[in-house]
Amino acid sequence: MEQLPKKPLNLNKWIVTVVMILGFIYSVMITQLDFTQLFANLGDFTEILVKMCSPDWGYLDKITNPLLETIKMSILGTLIGSVIAFPYALLVSQNIVKNKIVTGVFRFILNIIRTIPNLLLGAIFVAIIGIGAVTGVFALAVFTFGMVSKLFYEAIETIDEGPIEALTAVGASKMQIIRYGVLPQVMSYYISYVLYAFEINVRSSTILGYIGAGGIGLFLERSLSMYRYDRVGLIVLVTFIVILVIDEISNRSREALTK
Amino acid sequence: MQSVKRLPKQEKSTIKTVRNIVIFALVFAIIIWSFTGIPFTGIKEQAGKITASIFNGLIHPDLDYVWRGDGEDLISNLVATIAMAFLGTSISAIISVPFAFWAARSKYKHRFTSATGKIVLTFIRTFPEIVLALMFIKAVGPGAFAGVMAMGVHSIGMLAKLFSEAIENLDGGTDEAVIASGGSKLNVMMFSTFPQVLPEFVSNTLYRFELSIRAATTLGLVGAGGIGTPLVFALSTRAWSRVGIILIGIIVMVTLVDFVSGSIRKRLV
Repeated sequence: MEQLPKKPLNLNKWIVTVVMILGFIYSVMITQLDFTQLFANLGDFTEILVKMCSPDWGYLDKITNPLLETIKMSILGTLIGSVIAFPYALLVSQNIVKNKIVTGVFRFILNIIRTIPNLLLGAIFVAIIGIGAVTGVFALAVFTFGMVSKLFYEAIETIDEGPIEALTAVGASKMQIIRYGVLPQVMSYYISYVLYAFEINVRSSTILGYIGAGGIGLFLERSLSMYRYDRVGLIVLVTFIVILVIDEISNRSREALTK
Repeated sequence: MQSVKRLPKQEKSTIKTVRNIVIFALVFAIIIWSFTGIPFTGIKEQAGKITASIFNGLIHPDLDYVWRGDGEDLISNLVATIAMAFLGTSISAIISVPFAFWAARSKYKHRFTSATGKIVLTFIRTFPEIVLALMFIKAVGPGAFAGVMAMGVHSIGMLAKLFSEAIENLDGGTDEAVIASGGSKLNVMMFSTFPQVLPEFVSNTLYRFELSIRAATTLGLVGAGGIGTPLVFALSTRAWSRVGIILIGIIVMVTLVDFVSGSIRKRLV
């Protein structure tokens, strides 16, 4: 029987594979992965899971207010962050600000801000502002600012240049160009990104309280430290439902926008 | 004086105007509601001073901390963080494959099957990573291992979702070609499905790795290993130059990983 021709040896592929395997072994060594220990203690783990599966419903009215606070935090964080992101994105778009140095410097700052994860921002703001919901709002605002600015300036840079040229030709000022040439093309994107950031913020705001930044996370931390896994289960379940509902609303609005 | 001709007014349907007003009012009301109950007065008096100290720490970082060779310095901690993210992502990438086939909508199985798979994945996605980490800490003790397991389980939620979308977007032609030449179901998997989805899987895994690096830096906040632990310690002892060097380390690490992983992803797809 005729055979298919053999594939030529791909040296790059082999190098990548070997590097990956070596990296894996090295990582296992430094993180001290020990699966026998995991399986030996799997009983503890499943016990916690089982406790979480029978939620303490009596705790529900204690956590409704913190839950609302969490939602408020994410709304305010999203609002503040995206309001600042709006002019900032215009400032770093190369088709609006022609000065490469200005866009370069501000983009560099933006990229640095975007590398710091949400929870670390939270931890830093707890050190600066103190414990409370305001801290969470600030952390979420900074995160939203980074995310919306990035997505929005990328959207601005892909717009059709025609209207801008037309407006320049009739002698419009910079503000008029932005108002009549740029914004009509990108506003729906902006709102869609804000809603997207809001979805992410609702998710992360539920955790922020764990490090002292307000909201439901504080109660999560309390229940965990008191080994009340039935309450932890309830909190996880309730936040899950809230996230699902908000995702659905936000998704619907985004779809309606892009239509 | 020359008379200026105006453009005709844009026609607007009344239904649209009313709808816009209603939406605007609703959003406005929600925002007002959000401002109630958030105590904006609770800001510490020395907030400005601490911010200044942090920036001062960023400008004068504790350079001795970068490398001391005792395994407790910045470089070792960053390497441990990367190792955690690497292992967590690898574990979840492997577990995600069966989950992805479960959740992917295809003509070979019932809609109900993929719907349940999708719900399970959504639940895993929303289950807080920190809670998972704490549960694993209870099981295996504090340290990087708990962090790896938490990331390994949590990442399934997103990775399997991306994988299943890749499977759903497959071109059915090659499947049929393998079947037509007498291939078994296993042959279809080996010669049609996997070769087609592999680049996408690798690209998704790399993307998840970028996110896991960020997650790995935060898991240390609860004692699950990595750079987060020394950062929290430095923050609580107000060692601002130490905070500065750790933040710089995290920023450099995340930027480097993003750059490397991003350029590999560009070549893949």
